[in-house]
Amino acid sequence: MADYFRDAPDPDRGYALAVIAGTLTLKAVKPNVLRQLVLERMDEVLFRYSYDYVGDLAETISLVWEPPATGKPASSDLSLGTVMHQLETAGRANVHGLVRDLLDQLEGSSRFAFLKLITGGLRIGVSARLVKQALADMGNVDITEIETLWHGLSPPYVSLFQWLDGKTDKPKLDMPAVFHAVMLATPVGDNDLASLDPKDFAAEWKWDGIRVQLANLAGTRRLYSRSGDDISSAFPDILEAADFEGIIDGELLVGGTMRTNRATRTFSDLQQRLNRKTVTRKMLEDYPAFIRGYDLLFSGSRDMRPESFLTRRAALSALIEKAAPSHFDLSPLVPFSSWEELDRLRKEPPDPVIEGIMLKRLDSSYTSGRSKGPWFKWKREPYNIDAVLMYAQRGHGKRSSYYSDFTFGVWTESEGKDVLVPVGKAYFGFTDAELEVLDRYVRNNTIERFGPVRSIRAEPDHGFVVEVAFEGINFSSRHKSGVAMRFPRISRLRTDKLPRDADRLETLLAMIGTPEINVASPAEPI
Amino acid sequence: MKPETLLYPTPKGLFCEKGGFYIDPVQPVERALITHGHADHARAGHTHVMATRETLEIMRIRYGDTFCVSTQEAVLGTRTTIGDVTVSFHPAGHVLGSAQIAVEAGGMRIVVSGDYKRRRDPTCLSFEPVPCDVFITEATFGLPVFHHPDDRGEIAKLLTSLKQFPERAHLVGAYALGKAQRIIMLLREAGYDAPIFIHGALARLCDYYESEGIQLGDLRPATIDAKDKQSFAGAVVVGPPSAFADKWARRFPDPMPIFASGWMLVRQRAKQRGVELPMIMSDHCDWPELTATINEIKPAEVWVTHGREEALVRWCELQGIAARPLHLVGYDDEGE
Repeated sequence: MADYFRDAPDPDRGYALAVIAGTLTLKAVKPNVLRQLVLERMDEVLFRYSYDYVGDLAETISLVWEPPATGKPASSDLSLGTVMHQLETAGRANVHGLVRDLLDQLEGSSRFAFLKLITGGLRIGVSARLVKQALADMGNVDITEIETLWHGLSPPYVSLFQWLDGKTDKPKLDMPAVFHAVMLATPVGDNDLASLDPKDFAAEWKWDGIRVQLANLAGTRRLYSRSGDDISSAFPDILEAADFEGIIDGELLVGGTMRTNRATRTFSDLQQRLNRKTVTRKMLEDYPAFIRGYDLLFSGSRDMRPESFLTRRAALSALIEKAAPSHFDLSPLVPFSSWEELDRLRKEPPDPVIEGIMLKRLDSSYTSGRSKGPWFKWKREPYNIDAVLMYAQRGHGKRSSYYSDFTFGVWTESEGKDVLVPVGKAYFGFTDAELEVLDRYVRNNTIERFGPVRSIRAEPDHGFVVEVAFEGINFSSRHKSGVAMRFPRISRLRTDKLPRDADRLETLLAMIGTPEINVASPAEPI
Repeated sequence: MKPETLLYPTPKGLFCEKGGFYIDPVQPVERALITHGHADHARAGHTHVMATRETLEIMRIRYGDTFCVSTQEAVLGTRTTIGDVTVSFHPAGHVLGSAQIAVEAGGMRIVVSGDYKRRRDPTCLSFEPVPCDVFITEATFGLPVFHHPDDRGEIAKLLTSLKQFPERAHLVGAYALGKAQRIIMLLREAGYDAPIFIHGALARLCDYYESEGIQLGDLRPATIDAKDKQSFAGAVVVGPPSAFADKWARRFPDPMPIFASGWMLVRQRAKQRGVELPMIMSDHCDWPELTATINEIKPAEVWVTHGREEALVRWCELQGIAARPLHLVGYDDEGE
């Protein structure tokens, strides 16, 4: 890769880098443009059926695309740089015609590659880390220099390559409040803790919101998701309250902070605020968002990442002390002296919005990515129920020959009789071998078919019982059963059980309960 | 007369009350008319079976002489009266012996096409369009994404690979009835005259094809006598797809998994099965052929049996042709 980057010309190499790293976004070529193009020649319903079957927009279009009967347009220069440049510079009005001509010129698999490329879905199977390492090797610089610059640059990366070629100075980022790759934890494995000393670690609750990075530098404020997506526009309340300079890492939650002594609300409440371009005043009032601070990356413009967790934590604590109490609090530490004690705490967390424990080495610096050792996550045990398969639907994409999407139900009493009521859907958790078993059962025990959906035989003495694991459960008015599960998945096939042995709706309702809101005392710095 | 009174779906399959028979029933019945020999259409255990001579023969090979109590041979194009209706069989181009069945009474004609295709197949008679009021079609590949390429190009892919990888055994997965013989024939037509090795499950059907005058050339059993794996280097071995996932395949040197099926058009399918060389070759119509056939026959109404019925029904609606799905249970819409 380094050889290629050294030898290929600009802007070809920059676009190639964007393709490999998955950062190519052609503003004018939105999936919607492709959809419009294909619908010029095809019925919308037929297209939808096709898309459902294939499961991938680019592949669907490449398969259904019919070149015009009048013959192909004259071929033009199809090199990567030329095509990308044309597409980037084409105005909204011209881009339709340009893409249409290119699709007409290309055959089967190149049509597919082209569509994948312009929709940013061409997966090369090279990790982002490896690409950055190749760039670092090429320019003989440290990989962290590349990582720091990375999110501030965009294709075709001419300034980056000029610098790595030694022709110009290091590019200056025009936006300082740029995203820095977050530090991730590895799950606690079976024997991981045995060799570790509890004294070397701090423990924190793992809150069930979304991980975010809030930056406020040189007058620019931004809120990023953990993958680096800018979600500022959905959270004006947080941005407005962020009156400190620096970059913090934390959990985005809805409800009240500990500093205001109000309860943290569940993930389903937080969902009301996610994936919105704008937000109404009522939303802001009904679903107030706040950040529970985990870490401090920059204090002002000072890079805190090389410091130890303890030092960063102390600085974070001081910063949050002065920040708006309604929008910022500090994730409390969980005191413990042995792994056994921590395990007990993990299994009975004091707040329903906790999904486990985080373990952080006291001396660890803040490093981007997921390396094993400095940080661990230790989730609480999932909930489990035994349910009966009721309906099955064919999967998408590579699963489209399998019945892999299952609706399952539990027993409840209705008009004096026990009946099954659907409580959720799951389409993962099972192994490929288990999927074969499920698929065969569905095919051999179909009672009725409605298009792609099959209704499966489910009687007290004849049916398929599965163990469903899930992370949480809440009341829901949108579901017939009145409950909605979080992250349900099929964890085991219970071929040893009859449907009559499956769980009842009352059991699920009891799981919701009303746990005491009883969060540990406000955060104390250590 | 309404067509629904002549033929209607039941849990056992399509039923003709006036004639007292089912077409391709999925459960044992008194009187069955069978379109072709694939296992989901031709089942054992009926009392009386009417089908083409070849289909009856294939059922006998697969199920033994006792597959039914009595048989009646259908001669292509000949009209036969059963109860109050007249039936006739017409070539469907799917596999050897495959037929469409036309059912007529009171001036109403319904054609049950069974499984069919429109391309040339050197191992069976070509599909013959039969004018009718209601055309009952399958829709295995009933989505606009399905465009089957020319099968000569797919055979060329196999021949190229044989040249590129002369050290590897080329294991071609193909269904035992129809697809396997068609591939062997196409290889022969392309000038490949080396011995082709076949899995035991194909032997009797290949013998039967030969006895019907379909010359498959030098076929040998894919068993290792000389304990010499290397004798299969660069050879073509044809077997049922299930055998290649089996221990059976381990006897070959560096086997290359190949699968000949219409489903191979979808990348993820090929990937999922671990197929290295997908050959897109189908014994069903692709989307342009399904729609062209309906345009050619111009039936007043189309009923869709199994497969991707919703898309074909939608297409018919757009063309102003009345159409509905039959929701028949028991036909394998994936096995091909």
